[in-house]
Amino acid sequence: MPVRPLKTKVEFPKMLNSERIQVTGKRVQLMATCLCDAFYDDVAIATVQVLEYLGCEVVFPESQTCCGQPAFNGGDWDASRKVVRHTVKAFEGNDPVIVPSGSCAAMIFHGAQIEFEKEADKDSVAALGKRTWELADFIVNGLNKTTWEGKFESTIAFHRSCHTRGTKSSEASLQLLKSIPGISIVEFGEAEQCCGFGGTFSVSFPAISSSMGNLKLEHVRAKNPDLLVSADMSCMMHLAGLASHEGKPIKAKHVIQVLRDALKNIGLIK
Amino acid sequence: MAHQLIDTFATRLRPETKAAVYDGSKKGHEKRTKLLFDNYAKPDDLRKLAGKIKQHVIENLDTYLPATEERLKENGINVHWASTAEAACNHVLEIMRARGAKRVVKAKTMVSEEIELEAFLNKHDIECLETDLGEFIVQLDHDKPSHIVKPIIHKSRREIAELFEKNGLGAYDDEPQVITRRAREFLRKKYLEGDVAITGANFVIAESGRIVLVTNEGNSRFCLAATSCHIAIVGIEKILPRDRDLALLLNLLGRSGTAQELTVYTEFISGAKASTQPDGPQAMHVIFVDNGRTDVLASDCKEILRCIRCGACLNVCPVYRQASGHAYRSVYPGPVGAVLSPLLLGKNFPQKADLPKASSLCGACNEVCPVDIPIPDLLLRLRAKAKQEGVPSPGTPPMGGWAVMASQPAAWKAALVAGKLINFMPTKLLPVPPLRAWEKTRDLPEWRGGAFRSWLKKHNS
Repeated sequence: MPVRPLKTKVEFPKMLNSERIQVTGKRVQLMATCLCDAFYDDVAIATVQVLEYLGCEVVFPESQTCCGQPAFNGGDWDASRKVVRHTVKAFEGNDPVIVPSGSCAAMIFHGAQIEFEKEADKDSVAALGKRTWELADFIVNGLNKTTWEGKFESTIAFHRSCHTRGTKSSEASLQLLKSIPGISIVEFGEAEQCCGFGGTFSVSFPAISSSMGNLKLEHVRAKNPDLLVSADMSCMMHLAGLASHEGKPIKAKHVIQVLRDALKNIGLIK
Repeated sequence: MAHQLIDTFATRLRPETKAAVYDGSKKGHEKRTKLLFDNYAKPDDLRKLAGKIKQHVIENLDTYLPATEERLKENGINVHWASTAEAACNHVLEIMRARGAKRVVKAKTMVSEEIELEAFLNKHDIECLETDLGEFIVQLDHDKPSHIVKPIIHKSRREIAELFEKNGLGAYDDEPQVITRRAREFLRKKYLEGDVAITGANFVIAESGRIVLVTNEGNSRFCLAATSCHIAIVGIEKILPRDRDLALLLNLLGRSGTAQELTVYTEFISGAKASTQPDGPQAMHVIFVDNGRTDVLASDCKEILRCIRCGACLNVCPVYRQASGHAYRSVYPGPVGAVLSPLLLGKNFPQKADLPKASSLCGACNEVCPVDIPIPDLLLRLRAKAKQEGVPSPGTPPMGGWAVMASQPAAWKAALVAGKLINFMPTKLLPVPPLRAWEKTRDLPEWRGGAFRSWLKKHNS
């Protein structure tokens, strides 16, 4: 039969960040993310404290702003590329770039790659993608630190943030949390479902977005955890914001705050 | 602030409909996932392999289509090509007229909905009866399907029982068995009156010139039993290279679509009835439909043509679950529809350019897709296309000013300080519509712009 042999040419960028450069040195650049810059300073602080505890030299490029995702998701790729180009410049060099957000990290190693497909400077964006790591993924798979010391008495519901799908981030977070004495993880219903944030989706689809968030809260509350934990403050901002508006606030933390507090609790760091 | 159409639609959905869609899709997803992971050690590897096979097909359609035509003809099947919906409908009409046929019994086919075949045939005084139970109910109710494999997922038992009563199919009884029996009694007689059977095809095999059809009710077999002619209407992307590829694709289709290891009926049809067979259609036609597909193939969203119409992405999608299929105003709803429906419109893309926005980009659709379509990436590409074509997008904040600020560190730092206003001022007074949309149902955390940078300075000094 006159058909061509089956070849496996599939042309789209991989969500899996498997092409990353392995970590050799201990110097890292911190991409704090705009949410931590504006609202969640303690998450960025915990990131620095934990990375330094692990022996890293943390460099914070002062000129950093945002990863460019809001405009990318909104369809305004010209605007997004402008910000990505700034980010590429801000994070020049060869050190791993560590991001305490699965979403912003995925923007760099996946989203930005798509919007730069036809751009002359796509190689510089690809190079940044290859050294960009979500924080928990970096600790477990970059630094090969697979258990965590300290103590943290808490029943935790862990929300797998959506932009860590297809990566090793959520498993890395869970692996570290589960190894901490005092922590028990509770599973809750429809865990694969999104929290409803979705960036501008939360304001252009406010009804669906809020319903999604409230459903997530219902499932989490049914298990009565002490704490809701995630690798993305955007999900936490949405869920905690809904809960607080309803007059039934929940305690939400970033996974790195739990790791930091576990060390603090037995005096491993100040 | 203006909201997107699909969001508004969701708020107006009757609670009964919302519950039916939510429960139906959630159960569908949970059963699918359990079965796949119970049966296979690495279902993701199977999805990726199936994706590669389908990608190979769509990238080589220029050779597969003529090769398939050749095989089909060798099997005595008449092959027609339709570049538009209108052309496809006209092919059907011509075949019907040449036979003096007046009645069609029809199995479920998405492409026939796409080309609006029923309305076209009715206009030409041809009766066209849906024989799939769900589609039959939709037809009886002058409604539209709201799901690719479960067209009446939005309907409750009560509604169906009332519909049957109204149409003289028996007194009110909402027992599913009773409903099914009544539909069966009605349809059995109709099969015998049919002149022509119309079906789709889940797969067309290039190697053997067979079409493959899956159903759970056996209705497509009944359609073929008493009619004298079989017309299969098929999208050009439905080809598989080899019979053995079915081993993978059928296993994934049944599990992904309806959480079945195999659908109840799987038919392999390689032509009209043979001389040794006592009955069956004497003639068979395959109509290949383009209707915008080659344009999709030429676009940067061609991966969507891998779709095997299983509906798994609808079942898992949080937006579909809240909004229902009708919210998408399209034959193809849900995540796959949000990509395919606007693309198939060609130059009328702006009419449905809002569909790709109806997603939090959570990626659950890609995770369940049996042919691993990167749906979120395609949604993003279409958002960029809409922006480039200047289609207005209600509720999407303009990004130009933000981009300027986020590429100038001094401006960024100033904004970090200025943002503190939201801690002290009622947000009603701030000219930022997204903020107000946020605050209707959600509180904002305290603004702490610059706090980390100050801490770091002290920490490093």
